[in-house]
Amino acid sequence: MNEIDLDAHLAQAATDIAAATDLAALKDLDGVLLGKKSAITAAKRTLGGLEPDQRRALGLRLNEVRDELTGLLDERRRHLEVGERAAQLENERLDLTELDHGRRLGHRHVITQTWERLEDLFVGMGYTVSEGPEIEDEWHNFGALNFPPDHPARDMYDTLYVNYGDPQSTLLRTHTSPVQVRVMEDQEPPIYSIMPGRVFRSDTADATHMPVFHQIEALVIDRGITFGDLAGTLEAFTTAYFGEGFTSRLRPSYFPFTEPSAEFDIRRPDGSWLELGGCGMVHPNVLTAAGLDPEEWSGFAFGFGLDRLALMRHDIDDLRELFRNDHRFLSQF
Amino acid sequence: MKVLLSWLREFAPLEGTPEGIADQLSALGLAVEEMTAVGEGFEGLVVARVLDLRPHPDADRIQLVDVDAGDGQALQICCGAFNMSVGDLVPLATLGTVMPNGMEIARRKMRGEWSNGMLCASEEIGLGDDSEGIMLLDAALEPGTPLSEALEIVSDVLYELEVNPNRPDAMSVAGVARDLAAVQQVSFSLKQPTVQESGDPAPGRVSVEIIDPDLCGRFALRVLDGITVEPSPRWLANRLTALGMRPINNVVDASNYVMLELGQPSHTYDLARLDGAGFSVRRAVDGEEITTLDGVERTLESSDGVVTDAQNVVIGIAGVMGGASTEIDETTTTVALEMAWWDPISISATARRLGLRSEASARFERGADPEVAELAMQRFVELLAPSGATMAPGLIDVRGNLPVAGPVTVRVARVNALLGTEISQEAMSALLASLEFANTVDGDNLQVVVPSFRPDTTTETDIAEEVARLYGYANIVKTVPLSTLTGGLTSRQKDRRLVRNTMLGLGIDEAMPVPFLAPGDLAAAGLSAAGVTVANPLVAEESVMRASLRPGLLKTLAYNASHRLTGLQIFEVGHVYDQPAQSQPLPDENEHLGVALAGVDAGEAVAVWSALADALALGQYELVADQPAGLHATRTARIEVSGTLVGFVGEIDPTVLAAYEVPQRVGWLEVNLDVLLALPHGVKMFAAFSRYPTSDVDLAFEVEESVPAAAVATALREAAGDLLVDLALFDVFRSESMGEGKRSLAYTLRFQADDRTLTDGEIAETRQRCIDVVQGALPAVLRS
Repeated sequence: MNEIDLDAHLAQAATDIAAATDLAALKDLDGVLLGKKSAITAAKRTLGGLEPDQRRALGLRLNEVRDELTGLLDERRRHLEVGERAAQLENERLDLTELDHGRRLGHRHVITQTWERLEDLFVGMGYTVSEGPEIEDEWHNFGALNFPPDHPARDMYDTLYVNYGDPQSTLLRTHTSPVQVRVMEDQEPPIYSIMPGRVFRSDTADATHMPVFHQIEALVIDRGITFGDLAGTLEAFTTAYFGEGFTSRLRPSYFPFTEPSAEFDIRRPDGSWLELGGCGMVHPNVLTAAGLDPEEWSGFAFGFGLDRLALMRHDIDDLRELFRNDHRFLSQF
Repeated sequence: MKVLLSWLREFAPLEGTPEGIADQLSALGLAVEEMTAVGEGFEGLVVARVLDLRPHPDADRIQLVDVDAGDGQALQICCGAFNMSVGDLVPLATLGTVMPNGMEIARRKMRGEWSNGMLCASEEIGLGDDSEGIMLLDAALEPGTPLSEALEIVSDVLYELEVNPNRPDAMSVAGVARDLAAVQQVSFSLKQPTVQESGDPAPGRVSVEIIDPDLCGRFALRVLDGITVEPSPRWLANRLTALGMRPINNVVDASNYVMLELGQPSHTYDLARLDGAGFSVRRAVDGEEITTLDGVERTLESSDGVVTDAQNVVIGIAGVMGGASTEIDETTTTVALEMAWWDPISISATARRLGLRSEASARFERGADPEVAELAMQRFVELLAPSGATMAPGLIDVRGNLPVAGPVTVRVARVNALLGTEISQEAMSALLASLEFANTVDGDNLQVVVPSFRPDTTTETDIAEEVARLYGYANIVKTVPLSTLTGGLTSRQKDRRLVRNTMLGLGIDEAMPVPFLAPGDLAAAGLSAAGVTVANPLVAEESVMRASLRPGLLKTLAYNASHRLTGLQIFEVGHVYDQPAQSQPLPDENEHLGVALAGVDAGEAVAVWSALADALALGQYELVADQPAGLHATRTARIEVSGTLVGFVGEIDPTVLAAYEVPQRVGWLEVNLDVLLALPHGVKMFAAFSRYPTSDVDLAFEVEESVPAAAVATALREAAGDLLVDLALFDVFRSESMGEGKRSLAYTLRFQADDRTLTDGEIAETRQRCIDVVQGALPAVLRS
């Protein structure tokens, strides 16, 4: 092949490269123009039989032509690649609004949400979380909490008993307070613990009553604990849980297991009051029943309904809704 | 307990607005549940006399009434009631009167006849509960008199108080006034009634013997002569009505009035009807009978206290209700007046057993004041004196066992330490004195004598509460305990959250069915558990405690399906209860996780389990085909972790679904978390992995349906040994060409050595060993 043939070859090759419409065709062309069977390779094989001058001249020219062909091929390849990607993107076009129906997380029950919020808050204040059985014995639910047998204070609780052991010896706990007794039996003070849990009363279900509901209570036993500490702890809880602008107050009340006893109310920022729960200094008889010396240890306890906080937080007006398990309810929260 | 402000002020010059006093009551622990202005709204109401009654010409249900409203003229009123007669006196709402319900009385025509006002029923003007008939007034009244004047109605404030069981003293108007006087620092006094003794001395006429002194702490008697049973004076009846008691006659009303005022219940016996005036107080004999005032014949038990006559016949149930045989009536002229102190526990037990809770038993149960009887008897006589009653000379006063209340040593420093206050000894002494807790200084302490009307107060701590109450809870400085303890959840509590979070992450919603079941619910779910039953359920639907989460979750699916809400994926974490295998103090109680997946099969339930096992970082577990009752017989496996049964996974038995009316198949998982979380789980140690290349080999076997895939996997693991780093079942299919009873299981095995690149020869050899072991151990054939 001489130089004139090379020019023609180059011109033809340029036309062919420009005519290649996809990457596969271009790859074939690459093989034809630069591969082992290409005209260029064949021409190179002839160089050995030429005179030195001719060989040099033709060799240089062959290299130039090969470089040019490589350049043309690369350029065309880039061009085709851009086009093919654009075509691919166009082919893959999705309407994402058609697809907006994918995975969802499950919904945590509002009672669990409230329960865990309270746990987290008290854990942050340095409390542990304690638990006890829902079916209790009479001693832990009443006796150890300073309710003498036949004491009218037992009438404050509409107790559901279960058929187990002696009659009226075993019951569905009417409050979370028996856990206080169990904690004091099992642990050495100081004790800073909360006791969330499920409790039962013989009540007909209505918008504000359920035979099963939830309470949370706190027990602190340490040296030198005062009624002022109770008031201050409740104040700290009130602000932390309800927010800035909420305050608390205590009013005298009566519970067999605390003395002095109090009701605690929450004052909303608009000035209205909400009765939240009961509290007091742990009664010396309760400390003694749990094997603690009231002269050495003192403490406070407070408790309130958990479900009502859930109702308030989510603006739910009927307690029964929490236990009906209608999916239209469960899936809202 | 209800109290009237005017009544409170008879004992102390109380200051402040009704609202201010309400706040003080609440701060004293006597929470004001309701405050109402009473005796107002009577403007325009007058006494009128019925002059004539005529049928309405055009209406059957109303009549025309002519009344004289005081001017002697006949005024025509249309009236829908027919209970009055000519000459009766009735309340008339004159034109312009605004009724309590807001209606203004105007002159208007009713079916063509003018009505010039409205005749009122007692309920319409807040004086009773009769809404049908027109209220008939005392015939002695003058027509035209304003009704409030005629009925001696005064405007007043009524407080309804919540009184706690430890405050028997606040079950009386005087007791409430005493608290208020103490906090206001004004004087309080119980006035001494002005009554004289006269006539035949009582001691020769009646006698008292207390046979069981632990039942009766005090039994005081007075004899009253000259009794005329008649209606009470209007002011007294009004007060009783305001406090929620119905006026009966002057004797009964005096008894109730004294009880409300001083807290001392009483009982009156018609002396003429008594078979021998020798009273005895004792426990009843089992089976003894009495007909009580309400006409009911009651059988007594030996725990009940009774009062008997001289013939040892029961004439009253102590402190609860008197007998019919000695009841006073219109013929009564002489009564024996009993004021006693009864053992609170006995009264409580008897009242509860007989279902007879009365105002009297409520006071005895809490512990009445044993020392107020004499004053209360004189007050009783004073109230009856205007009707001619006289008090025979001599008080019969027999005592049994009364609680002995010695002085209480109160350490001032200890009280301050408990309250977090710095009240001086002098100030504490003064606070207590204002509540009539007499006290003397004794070194750093106070010796405090608790008054007889506060039987609840017996210890230093009780007295600390009194100090705090009067000092004001609001005045105690709020502090926070200084603790260096760290809080936190236990690992069990963290695990519970992890379980919940895993379910939520899988898109499963949390449900919370109640733990009560109806009889038969457990059996309908295929559960044979004996269950724990409620001894006193309100309804049968709440009489059995669940032994599994299955019934509750199935009921939830059924409830939702009945509202066209299907395909629910729900879970619950909660306690289940059962009779224990061996004797133990309490029934078995375990925390379970239950998962119900409506509309999907067992495979989805297994996927939930494996995700949970992964989240909890459990070790190896096994799913072993099983047929527990209530679960799908061919689609259920028991879950064994380290050889321990932790629960079941699969589907609900279609028979159970039908019984619970669940319209879809239900994938099911129930795990005992107490068992599961006690097994090793959680933090895993790092297992180093090889840096050398891996090689994948795919093997597909035709396997008999009776052979679980897990058995194939086990055989492959055994055959491949340590070189197998991953095994995945990537395809399962059945086809006609393969035939019935077989399916193809295709696995990818990934081989890798820790210390070298595996050669083709090693891989081929391991592959062959896998094939040989599976084919040799199981009815399985390699697919070519």
